[in-house]
Amino acid sequence: MSDSNSYYVPHETKWPFLNTVALVVLFIGLANYLNGYNSGMSIMATGLVLLLIITYGWFSDVVSESEAGTYNAQVDISFRWGMVWFIFSEVMFFAAFFGALYYARELSLPWLGGVGSKVSTNIVLWPQFENVWPSNGPTNLGGDFILMKAGGIPAINTLLLLTSGLTVTWAHHGLKEQNRNKLIYGLLLTVLLGFIFVGFQAYEYMHAYSDLNLKMTSGIYGSTFYMLTGFHGFHVTLGAIMLTVIMFRCMKGHFSGDNHFGFEAVAWYWHFVDVVWLGLFVFVYWL
Amino acid sequence: MSANIDKLHDDHHHTPSGIMRWITTTNHKDIGTLYLWFSLIMFFIGGLMALVIRAELFQPGLQLVVPGFFNQMTTMHALIMIFGAVMPAFVGLANWQIPIMIGAPDMALPRLNNWSFWILPFAFTMMISTLFFESGGPAAGWTLYPPLSLQGGDSMPFVILSIHMLGLSSILGAINVIATILNMRAPGMTLMKMPIFVWTWLITAFLLIAAMPVLAGAITMLLTDRFFGTSFFTASGGGDPVLFQHIFWFFGHPEVYILILPAFGIVSTIIPAFSRKKLFGYDSMVYATASIALLSFIVWAHHMFTVGMPLAGEIFFMLTTMLIAVPTGVKVFNWVATMWRGSMTFETPMLFAIAFIVLFTIGGFSGLMLAMVPADFQYHDTYFVVAHFHYVLVPGAVFAIIAAVYYWLPKWTGKMYNESLGKLHFWLTTIFVNLTFFPMHFVGLAGMPRRIPDYAVQFADFNAIASVGAFGFGLSQLLFVYILFDTLKQKVSAEDKVWDGAEGLEWTLSSPPPYHSFEKAPKVE
Ligand code: HEM
Ligand SMILES: [Cu+2]
Repeated sequence: MSDSNSYYVPHETKWPFLNTVALVVLFIGLANYLNGYNSGMSIMATGLVLLLIITYGWFSDVVSESEAGTYNAQVDISFRWGMVWFIFSEVMFFAAFFGALYYARELSLPWLGGVGSKVSTNIVLWPQFENVWPSNGPTNLGGDFILMKAGGIPAINTLLLLTSGLTVTWAHHGLKEQNRNKLIYGLLLTVLLGFIFVGFQAYEYMHAYSDLNLKMTSGIYGSTFYMLTGFHGFHVTLGAIMLTVIMFRCMKGHFSGDNHFGFEAVAWYWHFVDVVWLGLFVFVYWL
Repeated sequence: MSANIDKLHDDHHHTPSGIMRWITTTNHKDIGTLYLWFSLIMFFIGGLMALVIRAELFQPGLQLVVPGFFNQMTTMHALIMIFGAVMPAFVGLANWQIPIMIGAPDMALPRLNNWSFWILPFAFTMMISTLFFESGGPAAGWTLYPPLSLQGGDSMPFVILSIHMLGLSSILGAINVIATILNMRAPGMTLMKMPIFVWTWLITAFLLIAAMPVLAGAITMLLTDRFFGTSFFTASGGGDPVLFQHIFWFFGHPEVYILILPAFGIVSTIIPAFSRKKLFGYDSMVYATASIALLSFIVWAHHMFTVGMPLAGEIFFMLTTMLIAVPTGVKVFNWVATMWRGSMTFETPMLFAIAFIVLFTIGGFSGLMLAMVPADFQYHDTYFVVAHFHYVLVPGAVFAIIAAVYYWLPKWTGKMYNESLGKLHFWLTTIFVNLTFFPMHFVGLAGMPRRIPDYAVQFADFNAIASVGAFGFGLSQLLFVYILFDTLKQKVSAEDKVWDGAEGLEWTLSSPPPYHSFEKAPKVE
């Protein structure tokens, strides 16, 4: 079937093109929705469904090729480099938002408060403004709010994610030792921890909106809080879905002790999500 | 590593024909060709917009377009030229050349390669279609500064989402380039034996992966500020419009090096070939490129000297910016030293490469002037800046792309282009490019602001000259298109080793190369 010497080059593919079409439908819908047209939602939903179907098709092809042994060791290395640098690009995406948080806390808010040579900014614009974090800015945008404390749910969530990092490593050992129970229960635990995390996060948002008056519109604190935790939560959700897929693949007997790039890629992704959370916990919730 | 011959032969029978071949292709040469044609089309669309700008600026006063539309033209011109013309051209060259320069059967991730290309036409259709909206296209400049960009019409989310798509395409393309270069080199080709073009692309790919996601972050914040009530860029909520400028330029300055590093690679390939000497200081070229790339992440605020940064910031960014001149100087020195006492000939690619060195250096010098804080207070947002970046981008990046096309076209097509037409194209282009952009230095120093459709009468003469130059430049590029088609029609075939002084694995392949490049990995000494 396969020649372990050859670098596999698929000879044609329809998936990327179709995927782009779906992405464009999704984005046109989103833009219309944002612009306030009613049609937006349904176009967006269509795009999303198409995107999911096509992504499923694309990955199915890749999985069956992989199971058929089409990929030799060199292809495996290409995949690894691909995943590593993809994760790095995600790190840089989060860096932009962490940068915004840093800038707001260390520069723009102190300046609005009249620090150093910026006294006149304060005097001319908002003389009554005193800079204390958390802040929703000199005009008290969104009204008074209560900040999200690091204890409670965020601390529990930290424990959950850290534990899930351990369980996924445990599962990895199971895979390497060909211990199916360890593998599948390890993954099941990881997925559960991931989804519980997302559940807690959703609860926290509801709590913030209904009890704390902490909203996206609550000035720079609300903006950075929801943007960072929101994108992180989205990545956790994606990661948990990918882990679920990997779990089902393991249950079907995919992967072997020395050949399981798909597993490792998702595990790396999971660790990345974990590390970002630590950054969030320290800089968004704690400090 | 050798490709499975049986399987490959099998493939030929299945290769779809017609349009489906191009939609479904995973072949690096097909995809390279798609990228290059796409880039050429975008070059002309962006060029037409530039001509609208220059036509309006031919005389003081408002003649042809309303100011709002003028602003849409400057915005779209820049977005199209940067993301649609120059970047895709470089990716096209990477696709064609990297596998055949390092002895690989194809790019490392062929399906992803197809995806990175096909995102582009869709994204640009979406972006350009906004020009036909009732509220018009984006008009806040390619830098999308808030608060102005937040006040745009319906085009705003479309433009932002299309830029997200462009970023996705670039990141996927960059990942593919890195995986290919790190993993697909023929045995014996160590990193320090790689062709210099491959080196520059490797470094460019890292810049892309580090910079594009930051742009994605910045424009996402624009989107939420406008539609979800966040206040990243609103002072009343504790944010700051200047924050956007920091994040944007943290992407933006590495981006300008994304637009020039592959050009450095091309020039470093062509100059030795026509000087019949080895590249002078190969190692120092590699290190210079890497240091330029690293430095490019700590100079960004030289675009914002006038926003009112603390003095320490102004000085830091001034010094780091000037530091970049050192590795850039190393490069220029090495190119000149390569030509020194070489047996030089001046075929079209060489002409464009030499013009690159001279004219890019002019752009480098005006960059140094802009890098001085007190001087920049005078120059900022004037036509002097426009002159600067057009000197580095047109006779810089674009000349390198044209040089590369002339240099490798015989390899790609198996046909030789018409040398005298090529030379004619070179002279027309070079004369008109200077006619267009040199006068901009003068009006800029005298204080003519950029991105304004009208100007004071004392700037009239130089503007008229620039407009004539621009139309001449645009028309000369029609000759380029003619030469391309003329080449395809030529009867005589090109030799495998088209240029006697050229070096590299690509010249060991036939012209045109076989559909699957190196089925058996070559040996590199
Ligand atoms: C010696 C190296 C260079 C130096 C010292 C330099 C310096 C500068 C400075 C200080 C500015 C800001 C001017 C202002 O807005 O007041 C600027 C603008 C610009 N530079 Fe350079 N530059 C250099 C090379 C390049 C290269 C290689 C490129 C691209 C290939 C480039 C592209 C641009 C662009 C596009 C802008 C204007 C962006 C905008 O405001 O729209 N520069 N440069
Ligand atoms: Cu710059």
